[in-house]
Amino acid sequence: MDFDISEEQELLQATVRQLAGNECPLTRVREIFDGDSGHDPELWKSLVEVGLGGTAIPEEFGGAGLELLDLALVAECLGSAAVPGPFLGHSLAGLAVLFAGSEEQKKSWLPRLAMGDALGTVAFAEEGSGWQPNEWTLRANGTLRGTKQHVPYGSLADLIVVGTADGGLVLVETAADGVQSEPVDGADRTRRLDHVSFDGASCEALPAGPQASGRVRDAGLILLSADAYGGAARSLEMAVEYAKTRQQFGVTIGHFQAIKHQLANMAIEVDPVRFLVWYAAHAFDHVPDESERTAALTKAHATSVFMQTARDSVEVHGGIGYTWECDVQILFKRAMFDRAFLGAPRVHRERAAVLGGW
Amino acid sequence: MDLSYGEAYEAFRKEVQAFLAENWPPRAEAAELPRKDQVDRFRDRAVDAGYLARSIPRKYGGSEQPPDALRASVIGEEFRKLRAPMDPVGLGVGLLVPTLLERGTDWQKEKFIRPTLRGHIRWCQGYSEPGSGSDLASLQTKGELAGDEWVINGQKIWTSGAQIADYCFCLVRTEPEQPKHAGISYMLIDMHQPGVEVRPLRQMTGHSGFNEVFFTDARTPKDWIVGERGEGWLVSRTTLKHERSGLMNVGQATGQLPALVKLARRSLRDGRPAVEDPEVRQKLAEIEGYMKANEYALYYRATRGRKGRDAGRIQLMAKLIRSEITQEVAKLAMELIGDDGLLAGGGELGMRERPSDNRGWVSSYMGSLGGAIAAGSSNIQRNVIGERGLGLPRDWAAQRSK
Ligand SMILES: Cc1cc2nc3c(=O)[nH]c(=O)nc-3n(C[C@H](O)[C@H](O)[C@H](O)COP(=O)(O)OP(=O)(O)OC[C@H]3O[C@@H](n4cnc5c(N)ncnc54)[C@H](O)[C@@H]3O)c2cc1C
Repeated sequence: MDFDISEEQELLQATVRQLAGNECPLTRVREIFDGDSGHDPELWKSLVEVGLGGTAIPEEFGGAGLELLDLALVAECLGSAAVPGPFLGHSLAGLAVLFAGSEEQKKSWLPRLAMGDALGTVAFAEEGSGWQPNEWTLRANGTLRGTKQHVPYGSLADLIVVGTADGGLVLVETAADGVQSEPVDGADRTRRLDHVSFDGASCEALPAGPQASGRVRDAGLILLSADAYGGAARSLEMAVEYAKTRQQFGVTIGHFQAIKHQLANMAIEVDPVRFLVWYAAHAFDHVPDESERTAALTKAHATSVFMQTARDSVEVHGGIGYTWECDVQILFKRAMFDRAFLGAPRVHRERAAVLGGW
Repeated sequence: MDLSYGEAYEAFRKEVQAFLAENWPPRAEAAELPRKDQVDRFRDRAVDAGYLARSIPRKYGGSEQPPDALRASVIGEEFRKLRAPMDPVGLGVGLLVPTLLERGTDWQKEKFIRPTLRGHIRWCQGYSEPGSGSDLASLQTKGELAGDEWVINGQKIWTSGAQIADYCFCLVRTEPEQPKHAGISYMLIDMHQPGVEVRPLRQMTGHSGFNEVFFTDARTPKDWIVGERGEGWLVSRTTLKHERSGLMNVGQATGQLPALVKLARRSLRDGRPAVEDPEVRQKLAEIEGYMKANEYALYYRATRGRKGRDAGRIQLMAKLIRSEITQEVAKLAMELIGDDGLLAGGGELGMRERPSDNRGWVSSYMGSLGGAIAAGSSNIQRNVIGERGLGLPRDWAAQRSK
């Protein structure tokens, strides 16, 4: 029994933290946040250059050959630094091809995705339906018709993995005719969304889609949870720092027990989430029986904690916390994204109840 | 990361099972012995085999095993299956023994540790006083040296188990001229003497687990002090450290869930099992999220502990988290039992017990508050986490009161 990350994994996190610190300090995050596309090709390139385009893609396909746990550790660091961009959708597109694609599809797409020569994303949600594979309704038969909602960077991606009826997955190249995207006015400007409509666009099924789509979703739940832990820890840290510097009544506000206890309450919520995320990722990699249910519980818990922690952090910052200028609002918006993307906590708690035989 | 017990531990489990098959429940002539002798005999053998008193040196009656949380939990699992005697539960083994090991003299260790481990002597903790709870260092019970003996006068309160204790480990002001923290000594006191009077207090559960203890010219030998004179505060901090970690135990955090789910299955809402009610399902899954997060935090602590590496501020949080979760569980249970929420509680639950009927859940509804107050109230825990964990400034009040 050894419940800890390895030295290599600590090193991986240190590398990503340093990279994020250098290439994407909060001042840069803010520029991208306020910018038009929510994407910085230079920043993305620097992430891809250290292998973050294909962390969990096998080496034979040009990836780093690591596990979901490693990818989740990366997501935690990006979440903590609020790094903007297409990491989430791109990672999930790669995993979808890996889990569900034919040899040929893997050979054709994985190296390009891993190297960052192509940008991938996933299209799951549908209007009036849900995010889960059994809720998808689009029919694909060589061509695809219908609309998907909330597709991360749908307008920038080269490849979209689209969820179809019966939990299937198909590949659509956006360069093809009949693919149109319309930007969503989303809260989280570090992770932009599009509604993407397909009007007879040609598509190619991933053969194992119906068997693998649940796993792709679970990977997504875990990456969102890892992001949420990183973001929650950062929101707490910002609040603690503020409490040590802001003065009122002649002392720093951290002297007030109400603030101290509020921060302590935040800390006991946030700190344990780190280990839940580790376990969920470990179960995904090695404990098949527990993988799906743990991912559901973890997503519900981690993203709820992030949301509440971000709210509390705004409150601790007072008036400045309520402004667009304050960096906490960026984390707050990321919390909104993590909470709702792939289904709100309620959805996953109910799934956990069903999977637990309750 | 590897969460399996692994082959070595499974082999160890077989060993423990074989030991138990031979020794518990007692057979043949051992089965004829009085219960106390059966337990003694069994504990002696279990210590010899390295299964009990694992952190205690052999010369004081322990089995002196290297720390290994996994072996400990294998032993716990197997012993519990057969209801075999474990190390006695309580303040003696949990608090006093570790403190003696760290700060006691050789003769103190010789005299007290072995019988405490065997359950032959029982202890109570005389810290709180009517005027000194969270601000414990303001305590007033005084000890004066008269020849070879300390003469003790004063009152303790909320003293759990004083009615059955043989001895008390007690904080007593022996250096009244010193500032408050520096004037206290950690004293061992025989409870069976004329100067000690124990009056039971009735708890809100209806039971009398804690007491008032009055010392009127009670006596204890001069050298029954642990640590130096006036060092009692520091010595007691060693004890509290053990108290906080003693309260946590991998598995205890999630252990409450199956009982709660069971309750939800057998309770009705609108004529259907409550476990089918969407609100109940949400709440159960929410609680499970908290429990799981903390279960894995404990695994992490155990792993770091075994490697001799610091686990960081999460160590300060176990007590508060546990009381919060336990209260959430109790509150949901109260929702589930419906009109049985009108009933009186069904008796005090031990640390390792789970409620088995609705009156048991009423008890845990009340008992979960005891946990939030005893051994450092939740607000005091928040101070500790805020100050030592997050590096925030100390409270003015605490700074000013010297
Ligand atoms: C079931 C049970 C068993 C116990 N067993 C024992 C025992 O065996 N031996 C023993 O010595 N004691 C025992 N105690 C006593 C326990 O340690 C004290 O009750 C506890 O330390 C609180 O002290 P108090 O009751 O005087 O409350 P107070 O200290 O008066 O606290 C009252 C309230 O004020 C809050 N408060 C106090 N100071 C602060 C502060 N600085 N900042 C914020 N809030 C503050 C507290 O959180 C609490 O909510 C037991 C208590 C219980 C409930």
